[in-house]
Amino acid sequence: MSWADLNLMPALPEIFLLSAVSVILVLDLFLSDKQRGITYLLSLLSLIGCAVITLTTSQPFPELTFSGMFVDDPMADLAKVGMYVAMGATLVYSRQYIADRGFYRGEFFTLSLFMLLGMMVMVSAHHFLTLYIGLELMSLALYALVALRRDSTQATEAAMKYFVLGALASGMLLYGMSMVYGATGSLDIGKIAAALTNGSANMSLAMFGLVFIVAGLAFKLGAVPFHMWVPDVYQGAPTAVTLLIGGAPKLAAFVFVVRILSQGLEPLVSQWQGMLVILAVLSMAIGNITAIAQTNLKRMLAYSTISHMGFLVLGILAGTPAGLSASLFYAVVYVLMSLAGFGVLLLLSRAGVDCETLDDLKGLNRKNSWYAFLMLVVMFSMAGIPPMVGFNAKLAVLKSVVDIGLIWLAVVGVVFSLIGAFYYLRVVKVMYFDEATDAEPVSQVGMDMRVLLSVNAIALLVLGIVPDGLYSVCVEAMKQSLQVL
Amino acid sequence: MLTLTHYLVLAAILFAISVLGIFLNRKNVIVLLMAIELMLLAVNYNFIAFSHYLSDTAGQIFVFFILTVAAAESAIGLAILVVLFRNLRTINVEDLGSLKG
Repeated sequence: MSWADLNLMPALPEIFLLSAVSVILVLDLFLSDKQRGITYLLSLLSLIGCAVITLTTSQPFPELTFSGMFVDDPMADLAKVGMYVAMGATLVYSRQYIADRGFYRGEFFTLSLFMLLGMMVMVSAHHFLTLYIGLELMSLALYALVALRRDSTQATEAAMKYFVLGALASGMLLYGMSMVYGATGSLDIGKIAAALTNGSANMSLAMFGLVFIVAGLAFKLGAVPFHMWVPDVYQGAPTAVTLLIGGAPKLAAFVFVVRILSQGLEPLVSQWQGMLVILAVLSMAIGNITAIAQTNLKRMLAYSTISHMGFLVLGILAGTPAGLSASLFYAVVYVLMSLAGFGVLLLLSRAGVDCETLDDLKGLNRKNSWYAFLMLVVMFSMAGIPPMVGFNAKLAVLKSVVDIGLIWLAVVGVVFSLIGAFYYLRVVKVMYFDEATDAEPVSQVGMDMRVLLSVNAIALLVLGIVPDGLYSVCVEAMKQSLQVL
Repeated sequence: MLTLTHYLVLAAILFAISVLGIFLNRKNVIVLLMAIELMLLAVNYNFIAFSHYLSDTAGQIFVFFILTVAAAESAIGLAILVVLFRNLRTINVEDLGSLKG
């Protein structure tokens, strides 16, 4: 293959973002602290630029480039647009919070954008090497972001735990990949699937590798029994960084799992289905039950994340295009919910005081009824109460497991989401019926954040009433992406 | 005569040592970083052995990338360790217990 044949168009958003981050990185060195707004605006502009490029170059079929290592398909495009929205919202929500805590500096923005670049490579990867590079680019940026508050004992401890367990997960994943490489003789997702189908692969070696790959993926998703880092990192990291971890990376992790399991190791579906059933049931159980015991909101939302990942896995394990579309829909909806949930926490944090325990929300309705209403919408949506969109998302994944005949699994899912409703509703009860412990008024934040957060939370309600548009986009994207390869 | 199996067993032993090192070690965070490095080296062993056995260079190229990423990873790991030591004045694994629940 010569240079002239190299088609860079599918990778244009990544190339643009890389150039933009490099420019921002250098430019930021010449800015004084007062001019930091320029870095902020440039970061948002580069996100908008990426979105424009992704949407204008989007095609309804997969296109491979870089000798089949990189793919641009509708699923990747949808995930990328979701990630731009999540990152943009995160930057807007975090601005006041990080300024109050003294890390409104260039590092926050450049590391966030590098993390985004890693996630974009992850969702567009079509080869084990690109998958690994994307994953590491995301993870390394995230480890540094968690440790950004250098004087905080909790933040650095969380960063260390995240680092060690994240590296362990990457190691497991790599070990599994090396076994699959040995079994099939290829690192290309499409060729792996072909070798497993036509029987030229060593099946026992592939099975051995599969176990490690599933363990590594479960670590990255935060599914039980590989979930121990999630609560510590969510609680220890500054809330702005928790929002970064809880938003876009979930979407990237979902597509990552789809690329490896549903595309590469698709012929082994009967083997990994059983493993994912265990992960899903344990995640829904441990996540929802342990969350009840939490008084720290960030920790509670971390356990809630674990249970949501359990639901997400339900659609993947169904192994059908319908199940995968339902999971994609669930991931998009989850990102929106998590953005709004942590966004409210950021909005209620004042200089020096983080809003992170249940007590901090006491009597919120008396202080500011609009914020209390936004939180109510988020909590109802996470609990899966109609007419919020969380209900439609849960319904879609449960329907996909019923369709493959695992009715008991759907029943388990419903039971645990009922148990989960308890702690979501407790937040609502605390906001509306308890007396405030302090008389401090809610802090004043910029208009941009208040408007965006309101739009974000109201979107959960509106999408819940008319979910068909977003759902059909997910179905269509999944259908187009799975057709060839 | 050394066969593929010998290499795979050696890699598996190295991998097992590193996983045990992460879970059993209760003393020093630096040992954790060493265990992580060892784990990546075990994977590299696997890739090279398979690559030679399959006469396919892709596996060896993957090893270059793993080595590079491992270097970046240990740089970040040590940086976090320095910050942690400044805050806690210790790098004992058992003292990392302020986050519980």
